Amino acid sequence: MNIERLVAMANDIGRYFASEPDQVVGAAGVADHLKRFWEPGMRKQIAAHLAAGGAGLEPLAKKGVERLVEIDSKLRA
Amino acid sequence: MLSIVEIDRGTPAVKTDKHVTLEIDGRSIRVPEGTSVMRAASQAGINIPKLCATDMLEAFGSCRLCLVEIEGRKGYPASCTTPVTEGMKVSTQTTKLAEIRRGVMELYISDHPLDCLTCPANGHCELQDMAGVVGLREVRYGYDGENHVFAKTKDGEVNPHFVAKDESNPYFTFDPSKCIVCSRCVRACEEVQGTFALTIQGRGFESKVSASQNNAFLDSECVSCGACVQACPTATLSENTLIERGQAEHSVITTCAYCGVGCSFRAEMKGEEIVRMVPNKDGHANHGHSCVKGRFAIGYATHPDRINTPMIRKKITDPWRIASWDEAIAHVASEFKRLQGTYGKFSVGGITSSRCTNEETYLVQKLVRAGFGNNNVDTCARVCHSPTGYGLKATMGESAGTQDFDSIEYTDVVLVIGANPTDAHPVFGSQMKRRLRAGAKLIVVDPRRIDLVRTPHITADYHLKLKPGTNVAVLNALAYVIVTEGLVDEAFVTVRCEPEAFEKWRTFVALEKHSPEATEAETGVPAALIRSAARLYATGGNAAIYYGLGVTEHSQGSTAVMGIANLAMATGNIGREGVGVNPLRGQNNVQGSCDMGSFPHEFPGYRHVGDATVRASFEAAWGVHLHDEPGLRIPNMFEAAIDGSFKGLYIEGEDIAQSDPNTQHVTAALEAMECVVVQDLFLNETAKFAHVFLPGCSFLEKDGTFTNAERRISRVCKVMEPKSGYADWEVTQLLANAMGYPMNYRHPSEIMDEIARLTPTFHGVSFDKIDQLGSIQWPCNEQHPEGTPVMHVDEFVRGKGRFMLTEYVPTSEKVNATHPLILTTGRILSQYNVGAQTRRTANVAWHEEDRLEIHPHDAEERGINEGDWVGIESRAGQTVLRARISERMQPGVVYTTFHFPGSGANVITTENSDWATNCPEYKVTAVQVTRVNQPSAWQKRYEAFSQAQKALLDAAETS
Repeated sequence: MNIERLVAMANDIGRYFASEPDQVVGAAGVADHLKRFWEPGMRKQIAAHLAAGGAGLEPLAKKGVERLVEIDSKLRA
Repeated sequence: MLSIVEIDRGTPAVKTDKHVTLEIDGRSIRVPEGTSVMRAASQAGINIPKLCATDMLEAFGSCRLCLVEIEGRKGYPASCTTPVTEGMKVSTQTTKLAEIRRGVMELYISDHPLDCLTCPANGHCELQDMAGVVGLREVRYGYDGENHVFAKTKDGEVNPHFVAKDESNPYFTFDPSKCIVCSRCVRACEEVQGTFALTIQGRGFESKVSASQNNAFLDSECVSCGACVQACPTATLSENTLIERGQAEHSVITTCAYCGVGCSFRAEMKGEEIVRMVPNKDGHANHGHSCVKGRFAIGYATHPDRINTPMIRKKITDPWRIASWDEAIAHVASEFKRLQGTYGKFSVGGITSSRCTNEETYLVQKLVRAGFGNNNVDTCARVCHSPTGYGLKATMGESAGTQDFDSIEYTDVVLVIGANPTDAHPVFGSQMKRRLRAGAKLIVVDPRRIDLVRTPHITADYHLKLKPGTNVAVLNALAYVIVTEGLVDEAFVTVRCEPEAFEKWRTFVALEKHSPEATEAETGVPAALIRSAARLYATGGNAAIYYGLGVTEHSQGSTAVMGIANLAMATGNIGREGVGVNPLRGQNNVQGSCDMGSFPHEFPGYRHVGDATVRASFEAAWGVHLHDEPGLRIPNMFEAAIDGSFKGLYIEGEDIAQSDPNTQHVTAALEAMECVVVQDLFLNETAKFAHVFLPGCSFLEKDGTFTNAERRISRVCKVMEPKSGYADWEVTQLLANAMGYPMNYRHPSEIMDEIARLTPTFHGVSFDKIDQLGSIQWPCNEQHPEGTPVMHVDEFVRGKGRFMLTEYVPTSEKVNATHPLILTTGRILSQYNVGAQTRRTANVAWHEEDRLEIHPHDAEERGINEGDWVGIESRAGQTVLRARISERMQPGVVYTTFHFPGSGANVITTENSDWATNCPEYKVTAVQVTRVNQPSAWQKRYEAFSQAQKALLDAAETS
């Protein structure tokens, strides 16, 4: 899928959780949202994008994707 | 004319616990206090003659036919206007009464044509019936004198009293020569519809019914709801179909297939032919009212454009080839298997429809999950109310509105946000107007001056005319006032809500940046107005919020829904009649399609596919292993198709090529797929990109259920055989079997039984029970055996209500020098959604094209006059429409509808979407508008493509 679109969508999610005072909780919120609503292929793509530097991902979205990668890899382990 | 099967008791029922006992013609009867003598008599089995009375209207007391004698009272009181009293003794038939009634009837008939045998009302005319009932045997006055009956006087002069038929309305005829001036039509327009388009003009013998300022009906303010036609006791107002076809012989209760109000109708039939649709007086959502669409706009069901045979083609540039059902189904199954074999299990999916029944929707998602083995199933609720599902689930625990429509009868303050009920949910709009006329206060939050803001006998107390895209900022400002001015219902919040989440929200929303003063520049709403509206909402008594797509179809749609829920919880406006959060659903079965597990991440009953216990219950029932990860949502499907990983799509009753945003992106996705299967009534815009067409059937041709905006499950009943041979649920079943996943339902009721077994909120639902109760609002189970009109009564579905933080994040769709205006989109009364149905009816008399509404100031700056062709350009595309100059708009904002495919409204809308659900941001697009002389490049391409596709269809029909 168009990675720019996925990045934009991830950033939209990040901006919602930005009002959360505790950024760890905010990142967890982003990760949980991605896990619950994004099809695995999309998650894999955004994870790969993160691994490649995560260009365009805003800070909280980026933290969220990092957290998502941890959750998804834990599940696979 | 009333329904052929309903009993008319003359005056409305009275709701009270107090009862009185009286005696009518020697029979003792006990009725609620306040009941009329007429109604009490009717309940005792005695039908007092009447003409101006009907139980759809308040008593009027004008015809003098329903007179009775009451022991101890002088004279002959009208039974319709006389309330019962304890111990009252009534005689409904005496020599004197008979004499008076005959005299009254004689006068009526002396000014009425005697063409009964050829009159459309023959067989169901109340005047004719009453003449018979009173025993009228002669009319001594003759017809030579003054009358309204004949065009010429007996001397051959023009009769000044005579008025010719008005046939301007495409659906009904007004024949004043048959009018008895009972005022039932005028009162129906006022009391039932609330439009006040009709009036009695003149006095005495000059009295006549007049539409607006003596206009033709079509040119008047009449909205063609048909309430007057239904109320008319003679043939003065008659449906044209009744005039053409004669009286119906049987009547079947079913549910309208248009908007989310879900009106109950009686289809009045002759064999398989519909004579007229009459709203069901016992209908729990509509109480005998309807709009122009539901009552009249059903001609599409028998329109010649319908395609009733399956068709196949290899490429979308090939002519269509007519195929047998066996061949078409086998072809789809083999194609989908081929695609899955080549591109993987996840390369195909399905789209369920909010226009189809619950049972059909359930089957499509079951086919995808169990038959295709993935979760790539979505529904058009994605593009309308998916944020409602998300936002209400997060805050209150259930993805549905909290009330029934009748709850508004107990509302003191109505807050309407981003909804236009008088156009989009007209029957509920009428109920809302009735409550507002009775004194409830009104706050409207909308960029446009919608009709509710100022309509006969109603003026909004506050109209917060915000800039499109700033809903969340306005909701936060309202919350700021409530929190900082100490208007929170602390008792409610303490007992009913999560304390930590509330405290966090209270701190968040009390930040100065949320104050009305700080947000004024951004929202465009004066701070004082916000403060007053917030105070009214919080302290005005029972306050109820009604919202629509103006809330959800934004980049912050889900945030706004949560903001709404926060307001209701903070003020304690949840959990009883008269309050609540009420999403007005767009299509007939949006609620149902969501309930039935159409979303890629949820099984029926809003349970995540990752929930192992839930999944196990479906695996056990369906006998297959089910995937535990969410599938693709509609916009994701498009992205994946363009990407080359998504190749096959089964679409039941949706027209994504017209209804979804960024049309050129959608059509590119469709063109990238190898097997697009469309099941529909017509070769719609999406079907022009399809490889297989499977004929669908209208709501008149199948059994099932719809669930309306108030969670009300109502029956859809077959009144004619499917034109294609199969009902839609049967087609899905054939496809499942061909794919190798067995389905063996014999009737939709068996599908509902399965839904009930597998879904806790539906445990108590069955066709039998719906038939028995009339309708059921879910949850319906062991705890709520007869359903649940009001939710969250003692506790929230999730236990404690949860306040959610709602930071305002301005949309990235901003005005700039190139695109200085904001386009917002919506719908109008006479048309419905993509218009596939209503465009194929006489409703085009009211709206034959989509126009661009623009404020006079913006128009003048651009040299645009009424009716000029204007180009509308966004970063996504360009289209051309004719301009309508309108002060309903605020400067800087333009508006259009999307009912006609050639308008290309969605060519302009962008891929921006709600952060949580990907619901498109239809309501905010930055555009430039200029005067032009020709259609846009897209429109030219569209026209050429449509012509070519029509030729490919014609080729099929002749081969």
